[in-house]
Amino acid sequence: MAVKGQRVGMEVSIGISYAVKLARAEAIAAYPITPQTHIVEHLATLVANGELDAEFLNVESEHSAMSASVGSAAAGARTFTATSSQGLALMHEILFIASAMRFPIVMAVANRALSGPLSIWNDHGDIMAERDIGWIQYFVENGQEAFDHTVMSFKIAEDHRVLLPTIVNLDGFILSHVVEAFEMLDQETVDKFLPPLVPYHRLDPNKPVTMGAFAMPELYTEVKYAHEMALTGSYDQILNVWKEWGDLTGRHYHPVERYRTEGAKVLLLMMGSLAEVAEVAVDEMRAAGNPVGLLKMRLWRPFPFAALREAVAGADLLIVLDRALSLGGAAGPVLAEVRSALYPLAKRPQVLGYTIGLGGRDVQPAAFKDVVRHARSETKKGPSREFHWVGVRGA
Amino acid sequence: MSKPWDQVTWQEIEIGGVLTQPGTAREYRTGDWRSLYPVWDRRRCIKCGVCWTVCPEAGISETEEGYFDLNDYCKGCGICAKECVTGCISMAPEEE
Repeated sequence: MAVKGQRVGMEVSIGISYAVKLARAEAIAAYPITPQTHIVEHLATLVANGELDAEFLNVESEHSAMSASVGSAAAGARTFTATSSQGLALMHEILFIASAMRFPIVMAVANRALSGPLSIWNDHGDIMAERDIGWIQYFVENGQEAFDHTVMSFKIAEDHRVLLPTIVNLDGFILSHVVEAFEMLDQETVDKFLPPLVPYHRLDPNKPVTMGAFAMPELYTEVKYAHEMALTGSYDQILNVWKEWGDLTGRHYHPVERYRTEGAKVLLLMMGSLAEVAEVAVDEMRAAGNPVGLLKMRLWRPFPFAALREAVAGADLLIVLDRALSLGGAAGPVLAEVRSALYPLAKRPQVLGYTIGLGGRDVQPAAFKDVVRHARSETKKGPSREFHWVGVRGA
Repeated sequence: MSKPWDQVTWQEIEIGGVLTQPGTAREYRTGDWRSLYPVWDRRRCIKCGVCWTVCPEAGISETEEGYFDLNDYCKGCGICAKECVTGCISMAPEEE
């Protein structure tokens, strides 16, 4: 019997801050940046009011926020931070260090376009520039998922079989600033689900260790391979925790979520909040007799190869939507990876890709129908372009 | 790490690359890098220890007789030779 949480209506950012409070985070280092600001702003309030017993570090930049997070995790504290866009970019070099040192830091990224031109609005360009940082990464679709995955992230990250920092990606503004209704769990339930952090290694004067040592050419590759094994190996534990959460709350999560995929010959694939809008379009297309289904990539790292291959098995056409670019390259990051993951299959759907919703450009259900129509006509024409841009005036 | 680095497998690396044993830097003889090494002319050495003081890498050790000599961590930077009060240190090329 699933636990029924208290149903609340609140801004998603505030909901995430309560998730962090319920997880009893012990150290929060953050620098405000739109559209992530409300998450840490409310956490600062909770700490100042004595509602959350955590060290709140007001740092001077995101580079320092991530550095301080590495430090507090090294000291053995449950550590949370959040950022967006330029802030994430400023963390860049430390992100690799946090994961290489295998610290279970949890970070919410309210995804926002990178400058230039300056844009405070949503796309996935910020996190895609940090794709290879060696963290666990997933994307959420709504406020409830943002809350759930924030709590679960601590349990996944801190597991001694995992020990990896974890990012919860949520669309800036579209999710971060929207008031939604969701179920909040009580402290007792979260305490039972999430035991206190047991650091694997920590800074301890009574048991000194060296952290962050250099590696000579004879060792660097082996260290990286160990990291790869840890990240790919974290898959099972991610699923275990999602399963446990599903049993607890009735909300079940999967690496690749399916929506109306039964008998679908055409599949749309995307990540984040776009998928909720796409559901509307899929419903309408289904009602009109079009066998179109929807795949939502939740897990981005480790990449769910097997789940993806299984999910596309029956389709003739797979349409991948990217909310990011790789200028001058083969495709947006999601398209490039999906295409690469399906390439070895003897029987695979034709894969077409579209970049959509950049820099806060609104995406309405009609856009998905246009994309499906366009993709279908492209398949009749022969080889299509590497990828297409949606809605560019003059193109 | 007791094994030579080029024999360590990925499974043997501690999580996070953490070193659980102290003093491992000692095993890495950074003196191998040098192309020049300091030579003391003991006839002119006054045992003042300026070379030992100015060495940035603790690459100089005191001998039992109170003279100074390089150790396995001297990288051959030449600061000691430059700063030696009596000019008794000269830099000689390292040969295989």
